[in-house]
Amino acid sequence: MSRATTESIAGPVLRARCDGPFAMGEALRVGRAGLLGEVVRLAGDELVAQLYEDTTGVKPGDQVEGLGRPLMVWLGPSLLGGIYDGLLRPLDGLDSPFIAPGERRRPVRRFSFEPLLAVGSPVAPGQPFGRIDGGALDLRCLVPPELAGEIVHIVAAGTYRDDEPLARLRTPAGTERVLAMGHEWPVRRPRPVRHRLPTEAPLLTGQRVLDTLFPVALGGKAAIPGGFGTGKTVLLEALAKSCSADVIVYVGCGERGNEIAGTLAELCALVDPRSGRPLSERTVLVANTSNMPVAAREASIYCGVTIAEYFRDQGLDVALLADSTSRWAEALREVSGRLGEMPGEGGYPAYLGSRLAEFYERAARVTTLAGGHGSVTLLGSVSPQAGDFSEPVTSHTTRYVRSFWALDARRAQARFYPAIDPLQSYSEDAAAVAEWWQRIFAALPGGGGEGNEWVVLRRRVLTLLDDQARLGRMARIVGKDALQAPQRLTLLCAEVLGEGFLRQSAFSPNDRACGAERQAQMLRILGIFLDLGHQALTTGANPEAIAGLPVLRRLQRVGEEIADGDRQAFADLEREMRQSFAALEGRSGSSEEARSDAPDASAS
Amino acid sequence: MPPMRPLLELAGGARRLEGPLLFLQRKVEVGYNEAVEVVGDDGVVRLGRVAAVDRERLIVELLEGAAGLDLPRTVVRFPGEALHFGLGSGVLGRVLDGVGRPLDGGPPLPVSCRLRIDGLPLNPVARDTPQDFIETGVTAIDLMNSLVRGQKLPLFSAGGLPHDRIAVAIAGHARLRSARDDQFAIVFAGVGIAHDTAEYFRTSLQDSGALQRSVLFLNLAGDASTQRLLTPRYALTAAEYLAFVEGRHVLVIMTDMTAYCEALREVAGARGEVPARKGFPGYLYSDLASIYERAGCIRGRPGTLTQLPILTMPSDDIGHPVPDLSGYITEGQIVLSRSLDRAGVWPPVDVLPSLSRLMKDGTGEGFTDADHPALASQLYAAYARAAQARLLARVVGEDGLSDADRRYIRFGMRFEAELIAQQQPRSLEQSMRCAWELLAGLPGGELTRLSDEQIARHIAPRAGGVAR
Ligand SMILES: Nc1ncnc2c1ncn2[C@@H]1O[C@H](COP(=O)(O)OP(=O)(O)O)[C@@H](O)[C@H]1O
Ligand SMILES: [Mg+2]
Repeated sequence: MSRATTESIAGPVLRARCDGPFAMGEALRVGRAGLLGEVVRLAGDELVAQLYEDTTGVKPGDQVEGLGRPLMVWLGPSLLGGIYDGLLRPLDGLDSPFIAPGERRRPVRRFSFEPLLAVGSPVAPGQPFGRIDGGALDLRCLVPPELAGEIVHIVAAGTYRDDEPLARLRTPAGTERVLAMGHEWPVRRPRPVRHRLPTEAPLLTGQRVLDTLFPVALGGKAAIPGGFGTGKTVLLEALAKSCSADVIVYVGCGERGNEIAGTLAELCALVDPRSGRPLSERTVLVANTSNMPVAAREASIYCGVTIAEYFRDQGLDVALLADSTSRWAEALREVSGRLGEMPGEGGYPAYLGSRLAEFYERAARVTTLAGGHGSVTLLGSVSPQAGDFSEPVTSHTTRYVRSFWALDARRAQARFYPAIDPLQSYSEDAAAVAEWWQRIFAALPGGGGEGNEWVVLRRRVLTLLDDQARLGRMARIVGKDALQAPQRLTLLCAEVLGEGFLRQSAFSPNDRACGAERQAQMLRILGIFLDLGHQALTTGANPEAIAGLPVLRRLQRVGEEIADGDRQAFADLEREMRQSFAALEGRSGSSEEARSDAPDASAS
Repeated sequence: MPPMRPLLELAGGARRLEGPLLFLQRKVEVGYNEAVEVVGDDGVVRLGRVAAVDRERLIVELLEGAAGLDLPRTVVRFPGEALHFGLGSGVLGRVLDGVGRPLDGGPPLPVSCRLRIDGLPLNPVARDTPQDFIETGVTAIDLMNSLVRGQKLPLFSAGGLPHDRIAVAIAGHARLRSARDDQFAIVFAGVGIAHDTAEYFRTSLQDSGALQRSVLFLNLAGDASTQRLLTPRYALTAAEYLAFVEGRHVLVIMTDMTAYCEALREVAGARGEVPARKGFPGYLYSDLASIYERAGCIRGRPGTLTQLPILTMPSDDIGHPVPDLSGYITEGQIVLSRSLDRAGVWPPVDVLPSLSRLMKDGTGEGFTDADHPALASQLYAAYARAAQARLLARVVGEDGLSDADRRYIRFGMRFEAELIAQQQPRSLEQSMRCAWELLAGLPGGELTRLSDEQIARHIAPRAGGVAR
């Protein structure tokens, strides 16, 4: 391994004179503390490196040791349930509450292992050679993606340490390689797959406004831009707790320590409905908080996505949640500035766009090397300065994601959560998941209707929201009292839709997550309400009378009051609603309550 | 803590002095970011740190005024470690300058431990969840944006608004609802503030008898602007000592963080760095985080560190980098409004853009009142609707509104005049009672954030009938 001698140091940027060859991207260690870094530039016999740790005290003359390989992380079953810094060094089990720079060892754990292959079996790259009992999940030991050959030794079933040799393989070239429960992989290189597949099923988030209006598919990619306090973190945390992925990788990138601590505590306390074990057993937390070294923030995103790909390669659906990608971009900017690179828009380096593209490109549903199906779904929050979506990180991100969940400060101020702005948000995955949703509708009491009910209802809802915005603008000119009855009804319906369907508190015991069936039922009952409302109008009722129906309050509190799986409650609500409207028609038919501007359809 | 090594001294090495940067010939072994003491012919000791070092040169960033230094006679000392602050019991009751030197004519500070002023990042795993509700007596905070121990909750203010008075009121009233606590301490960091602001805080703390439980760090507007980069760090180091060594519950008031950021911009400019927005360096976020993230609770240690930073929004613009980046780091913000202030509302808190992110952890069943969170949420919904109606009325006139909208406008006016405005500190119960009264003026059917039971319990008796 090559060595070099430190020439100069400023912030995370170190220059050194080389005594041997160094490669671009090679990992290195500096000084006695062994600070970790990476080569970012080579010129003659000088190298420039970015260091991932606090460089206080580093001085000219300090020894630099090349590691002969790029920045790698160890991937194995014991990642699950753990919390790591941006370089995947463990954060739990440290003596001091404060993090000092320097090396930290990965604690070794034991798992029960069962071989899947026998001596003499040929193995292909990425093939599972054993099973591990991972608690909540049934995991596989994989042959590293670039290794193949024949098994010449494999241990019997039993409990083993996660760093000991479990098998040996002879490559076609005749060399022997050791296989263990885990292996190392360079974080900046996507792990290979057999092929990429089109998306078809949604990643269920448990958030109605997302699943119904702006779905993201398994293998899809979504961005959550929003100013401070609009609900990015709470939304990502809610997804971490209740989305339908098998494995969750949560990357806290340059955000608050208290949030990470809270997420960790909650994941440990929550019981996973699938396995009855703590939810944390399906989760990996990568935490590089805002006060931890900046350069490691840049690496943390890559570590996270590499972990996600590793579990995907075992045939699992993985969601990577990154909060916030803007902090990652800022870390790029900071290091780039220290390297004296030419700044582009907003001071960000010119390669910001391509780095974002590379990152989001790692989202996919795939056939793994072993022939199974797995997916990585990427969900990243974006923190635009002053909430302005035209800034470079948001605008680049917009080009690479398929689902865009824009958060709106006005909604957040009214404590209307999730503060998704339905007019700015979109999803390109809606068509892909429509069939999946139709199956949910078909399984409801009463079965599925004609055509795709989900598609029809979703379109109605989106149209209603559009109309609401248009009428809101109009009211600002002519006054609300000048609106026609159908227009006033539209505004009323939109309000009911907002309160009764879109709004969903992440802290409500009943409503923090909403199952697919309940979403379908709520959507359906809303559709019935829209029909009944219009019908009532044609028979002479006025919107104010509809607004006064007590059943509206029930409709607007469905999220709080009806639990997942309570079909009876929905049936009761529907009956109550039909009765209320029937009574209303009875009254408005006989009384003079209808306002003069109501459509004179009462005659018909 | 690295061991102290004998002080290295370098005389006659100074080659160039440019703004706060001192360029030296490197004749000694020193590391990046280590502390430096620069002594001029005038005998004044100025603190600095190593900003860059290579084989020949050493760039020192002076953190105090360079005036009076010359090149040939300047002596530079290197303690061989990053800046440290020596602290011990007896720091309470003292008035210090921006870097912890006595200003009150008292003896030198007793030293029982030396702490690095930059602090090390607190491991998120070691953090304890802040959840002890602090009653401040301010309704807009207690009821709507609750503060908890270990939180960092800034006041977003602007020139001419009464942020100082609010900070003093909070410091004077802040208490836990359960226990009396005598483990309470205040650390005040004046960063680039006017002499009368400093005096106001000092006399207010004195009048309330809190001065013996306080320590003041003063970097006045007339002091070197580069020293402002150190003042919050010295103050927080003292606060960490009080909280995590002595086990006290410390409230840190830092004002004005905008002056801090401007000093950072000045130094970055002198270094010739590429600016990001409005001339501020791209690392302003990380730099502010290294200050704000020092609030919190540590598992297994008795004390807590709560921050109440004050910043002034240039041109009242909340999108300005200083409030914007602060808001991205802190756990909420209390925003003051000029129009409420003009209308004579005290405290002029604009609740809509205000937020406490930790409120959910410290309120409700088992913390405050079971109905507290729902009440706050309902008030927000109603007041936001009032604000919307008010906007509409401004365009089309009140006549163009629906009956419902007119009712909300009335609600909004009462909300500001009766709930936000207050003459006396209120207990949470008083605040809640006042809030239920206001909501009783709205139709029960529209209170969708409240459960039927909550309406029956609080609204119906006041509305004098069963809610629809
Ligand atoms: N879905 C939600 N349900 C309930 N409250 C929410 C929700 N989203 C956000 N909030 C509230 O808003 C605050 C700020 O949200 P957060 O996610 O931290 O914002 P951001 O990450 O965008 O700055 C939270 O502390 C919480 O009180
Ligand atoms: Mg956040």
